[in-house]
Amino acid sequence: MTTPLPATQDNALLADAGEGTAVQLQAIVKSYGGSTVLHGIDLDIAPGEFVSLLGPSGCGKTTLLRVLAGLEGSDAGVVLLGGHDVSRVPTNKRDIGMVFQSYSLFPHLRVTENTAFGLRRRGVGRADAAKRALDALALVGLEEHAGKFPHQLSGGQQQRVALARALVTEPKVLLLDEPLSALDAKVRVQLRDEIRRIQLRLGITTVFVTHDQEEALAVSDRIAVMNEGRIEQIGTPEELYGTPATASVAAFVGLSSIVAGTADGAEVEVWGRRLPLQTPSSGPVDVYLRPENVAFAEGADADARGTVEQSTFLGSIRRTVVRTDAGEHVTVQHSPRIRPEFGDAVGIRLLPEPVAARPHD
Amino acid sequence: MTTAVTAGADASASAPVPALAGTARRSASWAWLGLTPFAAYVLLFLALPTVLAIGSGFFTKTGAFTWSNLSALTDPVVLETFANSAWVSLLTAVAGAVAGALVCYAMLGLNPEGAIRQSVDAASGVLAQFGGVMLAFAFISTIGIQGVITVLLKDAFGINIFAEGNWIYEVPGLLLPYIYFQVPLMVITFMPALAALKPQWAEANATLGGTRRSFWMQIGFPVLAPSFLASLLLLFANAFSSYATAAALISQGSQIVPLQIRAALTSETVLGRENLAGALALGMIIVVGIVMAVYSLIQRRAARWQA
Amino acid sequence: MNALAPSRLTRWIVGILVGAFFAIPLISTFLYTLRDDKKGGYSLVHWAALFDPASASMIKPIWTGLGNSLVLSVVTVVIVLVLLAPTMILVHLRFPKLRQYFEFLALLPISIPAIVLVVGLSPIYLQIARMMGTGTWTLAFAYGITVLPFAYRAIQASIDAADLRTLAEAARTLGANWFSVVVKVLAPNIRQGLLAASLISVAVVLGEFTIASLLNRQVFQTAMVVVRNQDPYLPAIFTLLALLLVFVLLLIIGRAARGTRKARS
Repeated sequence: MTTPLPATQDNALLADAGEGTAVQLQAIVKSYGGSTVLHGIDLDIAPGEFVSLLGPSGCGKTTLLRVLAGLEGSDAGVVLLGGHDVSRVPTNKRDIGMVFQSYSLFPHLRVTENTAFGLRRRGVGRADAAKRALDALALVGLEEHAGKFPHQLSGGQQQRVALARALVTEPKVLLLDEPLSALDAKVRVQLRDEIRRIQLRLGITTVFVTHDQEEALAVSDRIAVMNEGRIEQIGTPEELYGTPATASVAAFVGLSSIVAGTADGAEVEVWGRRLPLQTPSSGPVDVYLRPENVAFAEGADADARGTVEQSTFLGSIRRTVVRTDAGEHVTVQHSPRIRPEFGDAVGIRLLPEPVAARPHD
Repeated sequence: MTTAVTAGADASASAPVPALAGTARRSASWAWLGLTPFAAYVLLFLALPTVLAIGSGFFTKTGAFTWSNLSALTDPVVLETFANSAWVSLLTAVAGAVAGALVCYAMLGLNPEGAIRQSVDAASGVLAQFGGVMLAFAFISTIGIQGVITVLLKDAFGINIFAEGNWIYEVPGLLLPYIYFQVPLMVITFMPALAALKPQWAEANATLGGTRRSFWMQIGFPVLAPSFLASLLLLFANAFSSYATAAALISQGSQIVPLQIRAALTSETVLGRENLAGALALGMIIVVGIVMAVYSLIQRRAARWQA
Repeated sequence: MNALAPSRLTRWIVGILVGAFFAIPLISTFLYTLRDDKKGGYSLVHWAALFDPASASMIKPIWTGLGNSLVLSVVTVVIVLVLLAPTMILVHLRFPKLRQYFEFLALLPISIPAIVLVVGLSPIYLQIARMMGTGTWTLAFAYGITVLPFAYRAIQASIDAADLRTLAEAARTLGANWFSVVVKVLAPNIRQGLLAASLISVAVVLGEFTIASLLNRQVFQTAMVVVRNQDPYLPAIFTLLALLLVFVLLLIIGRAARGTRKARS
């Protein structure tokens, strides 16, 4: 389904690929009206790294990206590109590439002209710019559509052109503001993989904003989970999924069932079974269980019993929601060969994996 | 039960399904019948008068077919009135378009529900549709012979604006009143186009290294050009068709086409020809018709970019 | 913020310049009506004349004309609401392919200006006079065509915003007959468009001169032209009053629009 990248020697962009640029945000503060949207954000991005800013609507991730881009100014703090302070530098001089959520292609220009736009602004000649634009379009698999107008392209194709346009000037950093949110599910998956592949080949430092945790987990080197203007945790996808630092990270990243438990230091007791805790706690807590760490069990092996409320077939797995006798809803992930029916009485047990917990208030 | 429903739905879109005569066919014909009152109305009060108006240009008073009325359109006097109408319309259209576009630009980014936009929208609506007669009176009160501004200029600054002649009651006197309703019409027509400029384009332009100036030159103006042109054409047609202001200001004389029609209707013969009004009407429809045809062509293309 | 928006200074400069151009004639008209020829200086003598029985006979044509224009407004609004709107609903529900022809139709009265139309209306109105008398109200038939572009646009905007097809289908499955559907379900949902169309029609009819004048009927505008020769101040006063009235009407439309938008969101 996805087109292979062109050979490096045929493509100017790939041939030019080199070291990326380091990006640093230090103590960024931003307020709108009376409310503070960013509370002193610190973020260090290594050259060539792909970092996602992940969080719910209103957490400040887009604002942070726009401050990085220079489209918004910050009230305090410093933006560094390659070690240089660019906080006072206007957007058009920062040498960045940006892909917006939608509508950013210029409607009156053909695909090639759109793509070559940044080069022309830098004084590159028309013929040269057109050639380099075609190389960029080859990178995203759209050379045949070079002569078309944006309104003749699908949403996914338009975003590819936007990507080519952003990359053709070989910017220091690539910024993507929820570029896939407006697209169909299948196109979204395809395009995110392509973006990642191109990014790896070009070695360009990339910051990617999204509210879709699955997307972030799939493509990032590291993810910064944001909430209410703060970074709650930065780490690799595995770290965030396996050892969420706070309950909101645990709730946001991956699927969790919340059950009651009692913690005492490094362990927590849930349904009579003791599980290791990721961060020590004590007293009554809300425990976050991953579906793959809950299994069906019979007789004495079961830690809790309940009835099946819902079972969803997802291709390679099945997820079943069980309502325990205590009234809690727990999601079990299992092989599709087991087919629970609504109302079945079942037993479930917990695998001895570490869990995240939050004091119950 | 289900078959009845589906058959009914099909019937309204195409020929009735034979299997379900009764309700299906009745539903379809009821629908067509429903269109007839309006169709009859439009036929009687739009199509028929137009045909009569244009048609009368081809007949003499006695009912004989003739080309002589049409050839009156080549008469130098008539050609001059068309030329007058054209330059007044063009001048006021351009002035109105530029001024109106500036007003739209000044309102860009303001809250559409806010006080300023709402009052400007209402004011534009009023002034664009303001009866031409009332407009004429307002301008007579302002810069007429005894107008407030005229008197002010004379008494306070010693300037007599009518030193060269009473131009307010001649063709040049139409310019200011026409601009007065052209600008609001432009605001109404052009604002949607300007509001459709996406801020993302300006931001993309910035990230790609462009400046504010390069944005307008490379993106803003090119994208707006079709809508601007379309609005300009609409303004031209509007001024060309306008009658009331001219009638109120210029009580004697037929310097522009609508006044020429007035003369043709109120006196028995003009230029020794009968039914000249019909020929003039034809001439007017051709001019305005062509302008409006080009207008809708451009407008449809421009709307594509505004989606 | 919006990267396209002009600076505050630009907004103010344009606002003041254009505002001045538009305010000056209106203010001048007002000052004109205050002019006192007998005593010199300014007074409300002309405004007072509106109520003065002595000048009543002179103003009478304007009251007559205004009355006729108001009647014409009402009949025109009836035509719009009872003839145009239901037809538009019918086209929307049953004949969606006809929509583009309808739009073309709505554009026609702009392409066929009143001054041209009146040439052909003359013989038609002779016939109408024979059948229905020479009452001024018959002009409303022509006015329905004149307001067509404005009324059409206002109503169509509302129709597009409301999902009439679903509403009609829901009402039908609940057992309503077509009359109830249109009057009780569809019309309330396009109320804002109907209101806007009606008010715009009133504004246009009050300001219409061309057709009335060339068909020799007495309406508001033609009356003002007649009275102007005797007393130039009266038309100026009525101009200001009419302007104020229409401005208020359009503000009402705008307010109503805001109200329904808030209710929707």
